[in-house]
Amino acid sequence: MAFVAPKETFSGKVFEVTIGTDKAISFGGENVLPFHSFEGTVPHRPVIAYEIQDVPPEDWPETVRSVYEGVSSDPVSWARFCEDKLNAKAIALRLIGTHPDRENKGPEEAKKVVSDVLSAIKVPLIILGSNHVEKDSEVLVAVAEAAKDRNCIIGKAQEGNYKTITAAAMAHNHKLIAMSELDINLSKQLNILITQMGFPKERLITDPMCSALGYGIEYTYSVMERIRLAALTQNDAVMQPPLLGDVGTYVWKVKETQASETELPSWGSLKERSITWEAVTAAAMLVAGAELLIMRHPEAVVAVERFIDELMQ
Amino acid sequence: MALTGVEIFKLLPKTNCKKCGHPTCLAFAMKLAQRQASLDQCPDVSEEAKRILGEASAPPIRPVSFGSGDRTLKMGEEMVLFRHEKKFVNPAAFAVEIKDTESDDRINSVVEDVLSSEIERVGQKLRIDAILINNVSGEASRFEAVVKNVSEKAPNVPLIIATGNPEAAEATLKIVASRRPLLYGANKDNAEQMANIAKTYKVPLGVKADGLEALSSLTEKIKSLGVEDLVIDSGAMKAKDIIEHNTLIRRAALKKNFKPLGYPVINFCQREDKILEALIASLGVMKYSSIVVLSSVEKWKNLSLFTLRQNIYTDPQVPMQVEQKVYKIGEPRPESPLLITTNFSLTYFIVSGEIENSKVPSRLAVMDCEGLSVLTAWAAGKFTAAKIAQFIKESGIENEISHRELIIPGYVAILSGAIEEKLPGWKVTVGPKEANGIPAFLRQRMS
Ligand code: SF4
Repeated sequence: MAFVAPKETFSGKVFEVTIGTDKAISFGGENVLPFHSFEGTVPHRPVIAYEIQDVPPEDWPETVRSVYEGVSSDPVSWARFCEDKLNAKAIALRLIGTHPDRENKGPEEAKKVVSDVLSAIKVPLIILGSNHVEKDSEVLVAVAEAAKDRNCIIGKAQEGNYKTITAAAMAHNHKLIAMSELDINLSKQLNILITQMGFPKERLITDPMCSALGYGIEYTYSVMERIRLAALTQNDAVMQPPLLGDVGTYVWKVKETQASETELPSWGSLKERSITWEAVTAAAMLVAGAELLIMRHPEAVVAVERFIDELMQ
Repeated sequence: MALTGVEIFKLLPKTNCKKCGHPTCLAFAMKLAQRQASLDQCPDVSEEAKRILGEASAPPIRPVSFGSGDRTLKMGEEMVLFRHEKKFVNPAAFAVEIKDTESDDRINSVVEDVLSSEIERVGQKLRIDAILINNVSGEASRFEAVVKNVSEKAPNVPLIIATGNPEAAEATLKIVASRRPLLYGANKDNAEQMANIAKTYKVPLGVKADGLEALSSLTEKIKSLGVEDLVIDSGAMKAKDIIEHNTLIRRAALKKNFKPLGYPVINFCQREDKILEALIASLGVMKYSSIVVLSSVEKWKNLSLFTLRQNIYTDPQVPMQVEQKVYKIGEPRPESPLLITTNFSLTYFIVSGEIENSKVPSRLAVMDCEGLSVLTAWAAGKFTAAKIAQFIKESGIENEISHRELIIPGYVAILSGAIEEKLPGWKVTVGPKEANGIPAFLRQRMS
């Protein structure tokens, strides 16, 4: 029996999305499953954005907080550090300080932070709210305007607030993250609702909701795989936006990235363990289909970039 | 690929003699197709038909195992390409490489690491499954000494005997054949000798070739020599080649019923950079590897890999639920806070993660709501005041805690009065709507 490689080609293709202006970057565009360049084209590497926030990262565990000591008290110096010292290709600014249970900063304050950060960096900016449905719709509308002409990604639009956020992204020419909770049908439905408002599907990014390794990652993994299969095999256009893995925020919350080795000797060194936890979570998202990742620890990012190198060449 | 009734019928004698207990050959064929009859019930079936039917009913990826006793490692038998279709069957085994050129001290310490690698996670015992001993020296005598030493120090750990030298293979198998190690293995230059050794010592055989075409011809050749328990290596080392080869191998086996590649796969994932090694090994776990070979077994790296494997190999059909009970987070004292939520497993993961994050030891009462999230369960009438009150009473929690305060999710604030009515003596406090508000909420109460 002679071996014939069972290669598969698809009619569908993931949309190619370009963000930023000065140092613009593109991702997506492939017509095959993740890293299956042996049977189609994969024009771009996935992009990893460094996460920063509008308030000091006091809630981040020591291992990752200490990396940004001295720069993280101010979002501008933090962003510069990521661009200049860590060679970030993109930056994700999370406006967590606007959450009503946190510092409860107002839209005007958020606007100022966004403008200041944007004038300090050349790489593309992803602007995230605090994941508070009502507050996000106020805050993201304000910052979308402040960021106009910079071709940012704003998010996340959810079922409860997509109308205002979509309108703002549309008015100021940004890309938009649509997030739903771990269900391919919900995700599809939200993308449809958003495009029905006239928002071009080619400017969407789907976030099916990330989960950390050990804390439900298999659900995100399978939802991503199914979305990608629908995009390729069924040529389903609403499922063809690139996928986001918002990795860092989920990973640096779990016990495995916080418990000391003294507390749990069988888990080994906290530093390596937590960095690996973020890197493995990211790798799983990539293999499942994510084209855009948001991460926190530079050593995890470096390892994942090397992983991508090996997968691409 | 299973044959249809009609396809099977074509292979039968077509005499309708009824000796099989069925009225016609066709009726018997239909029963065979549904696996409700077995071929030996027909006394007149041809050898040719037996062969074809036997092959067609064999699983597309051959079950192969190595090791012995309760540590036996099962591989193969996979039926799908994507985990949402059906549960992945036999979790990838993690094997650590020991080179026979390394010092005895280093070898002994790696063996120690393997023996102490077991941890428990979500009720499962997870560990480094096997040791691969690599005959890097090329010498038979040194190899034999190392295999002997390792096998004595780790008497229950499945072994992979990695040598291309038939003499070294035979010398070591004389010592450890009864433990059914995997002999790795055969290549185009030594295939006959290795196949003979595998046959003599009754051990499975690893087969390595350069690329999928060469690999297919080599497994066919070895099969024709009478050895069928094979583990295959396409020579893929880089991540790009691992994903390509493993995908094509699994597709060929499952979709084309291509037997020469219908075997479990071994991948070598060793890297200088240990975090990168964890990622390459992760790729193996996600993309169809049956044996993942590592260079070291640091506890921190093991934990990520064990967890990923456990996650990827869970059953996607099982509803996303956790067991109804009161979970302890941190080390709660009698006066520590008590929160309640539903048993949708993601709700549980997120809420317990946030409580963990708050560093405030607490109890989390997880109520069976058939795997629905808080809002959906409330809307469906499964997370109601009466049911919550009943659960709290029956849980026996009143004997464990010194207070009578229950923190409920912000989304069901409306229930607080009704719960207080049904739970006399209790105070209900409304917590945050979203889980990410929990740390601030709990910490504030402490101050
Ligand atoms: S015993 Fe064989 S030949 Fe006879 S009826 Fe059954 S299948 Fe046909």
